[in-house]
Amino acid sequence: MNNLNAIAALAYRDLLKFLRDRSRLVSTFIFPFIFIVAMGGSLQYNLGRSVGYDYLTFIFTGVFAQTLFQSATLGIISIIDDRENDFSQEIFVSPISRYAIVIGKIAGESLVAMAQGVVIIILGMIIGVPISLVQVALLTLVGVAICLFAGSFGLIIVSNMKNRRAADQIFNFVMLPQFFLAGVFSPIKVLPFYLEIPSRISPMRYAVDLTRGFFYGGHAEYPSVVLSEPGVNVLVMGIGFGVMLVAGTFLFVRNEMNR
Amino acid sequence: MQPIIEVENLVKCYRKADRNAVDGISFEVMPGELFALLGPNGAGKTTTISILTTTLSATSGRVKIAGFDLDRESGAVRQTVGIIFQNPSLDMNLTAEENIRFHAILYGLYPFRPAFGMMPKSYKDHVHSLASILGLDEDIFKPVRTFSGGMKRKLEIIRSLMHRPKVLFLDEPTAGLDPQSRIALWQYLQQVRQESKTTICLTTHYLEEAEQADRVCIINRGKVVSYGTPDQVKANLIDEYLLIDADDRNRLSAELKNLGLKFSDVPPFKVGLNGQSTHQILKSIATPLTVVQTHLPTLEDAYLAIMGQEDHE
Repeated sequence: MNNLNAIAALAYRDLLKFLRDRSRLVSTFIFPFIFIVAMGGSLQYNLGRSVGYDYLTFIFTGVFAQTLFQSATLGIISIIDDRENDFSQEIFVSPISRYAIVIGKIAGESLVAMAQGVVIIILGMIIGVPISLVQVALLTLVGVAICLFAGSFGLIIVSNMKNRRAADQIFNFVMLPQFFLAGVFSPIKVLPFYLEIPSRISPMRYAVDLTRGFFYGGHAEYPSVVLSEPGVNVLVMGIGFGVMLVAGTFLFVRNEMNR
Repeated sequence: MQPIIEVENLVKCYRKADRNAVDGISFEVMPGELFALLGPNGAGKTTTISILTTTLSATSGRVKIAGFDLDRESGAVRQTVGIIFQNPSLDMNLTAEENIRFHAILYGLYPFRPAFGMMPKSYKDHVHSLASILGLDEDIFKPVRTFSGGMKRKLEIIRSLMHRPKVLFLDEPTAGLDPQSRIALWQYLQQVRQESKTTICLTTHYLEEAEQADRVCIINRGKVVSYGTPDQVKANLIDEYLLIDADDRNRLSAELKNLGLKFSDVPPFKVGLNGQSTHQILKSIATPLTVVQTHLPTLEDAYLAIMGQEDHE
């Protein structure tokens, strides 16, 4: 019971921090806007006819998954900031379970990412992406799964990281390549083997594909857009979440205490 | 009486370090005591405190706090202790009240509520009384970022006492504070000791602060070099002495020799008291004296003497 309250308090702290950071608020909404409106719009007008499906919708679903994934991953990595300004000590000396600390952090960053997801859905509706209410519900559900998966991924990364400098490189080396390997903007239905292998390793691929699997379910575009059945993606993400959460928590706590 | 802190042969070797940061130290603290861990930078003070508060694992040794084993019952230890870290560990983006609420929920004192207004009345009353102790009143709802250094320290102490810890650890609590804030902080700590009989274990550089302690443990290079009450530490190291001089130095030195007193060859003469009272010695000297000074050692003398010896080795 106490651990549940602690998880709620930890998560709420992250949400409060997000809502009070005006520059972060603006910047997190600007990127999806540029990606969907500028990139999606131009590709739709120039390439849309040749791919045979609505390119704006394709990019919208990709950016939705990418934004949530990235926000939750980088959010967890912000534990580094707590460590550098000594706040993490206050959490670590408290009598709550070490899992509660990690789960509270993942829950908090998931809330932050979900808030961004809601804005992206509204943005999509405004610019004319065809979204039904059922699809909104499905996106919300998938969104939660993506956040948890990405949170555990962030945990594995941060548990092996020493300082802020290393964390600053994460975007370049871990996030950006996945934009292309996961097919956020570009179709990856067919890939040469030297891209197929890294693509299958990148976690974001499963998040993007699961989103499209649910979103396009029952639509004519489904076979040309979706890579694997949603069940396969759920399985990969579920196992990945379990393994990364347990291993990440173990490594994180160990590295924190065994200096 | 059982000691509330028992440390036995504690060793900590950091990864990739070629020597032990803490090298087999042992000490005990009795309930209600004010205990000071003293030593130069890098002596192992913060390392020791980090281990005692479960944020760092020891290489070897045995520690018991309030009867709980540090390794096997770390959860119970965490519930029993409070700690003020060397660097403020407040969330600067949150208000003072939010920092306090966060702490209270983590320690299971109250259930989680997203706003102050939704918290139970007992909590609100508690916060209001804390705010008046701090002299903050409405500022308690302002971000901690806007607070002064002294204010932050006091807020941290108040926060760490929320769950009524039996032992309060303070790692250089007054470092970086101006003299006024330092005095105010000490007054508050003494008040806490009187009211709730909290055991206080602190590390410090300031010897006048350690002078107030019930017991002092001086460590250097990870080893205990002196341990006891401030008086014992002083007594073990430096003798009290009397400094005297006269116009007729030859007569004085002959007289001191006759009395069988130990004294330094160079005037003014340092005469060791060796348990005799100053009055007794002065009474027995007939030579008219021009200088009489008594010298009572301070902890600082003892500390410097110890560190001086250490450096020669």
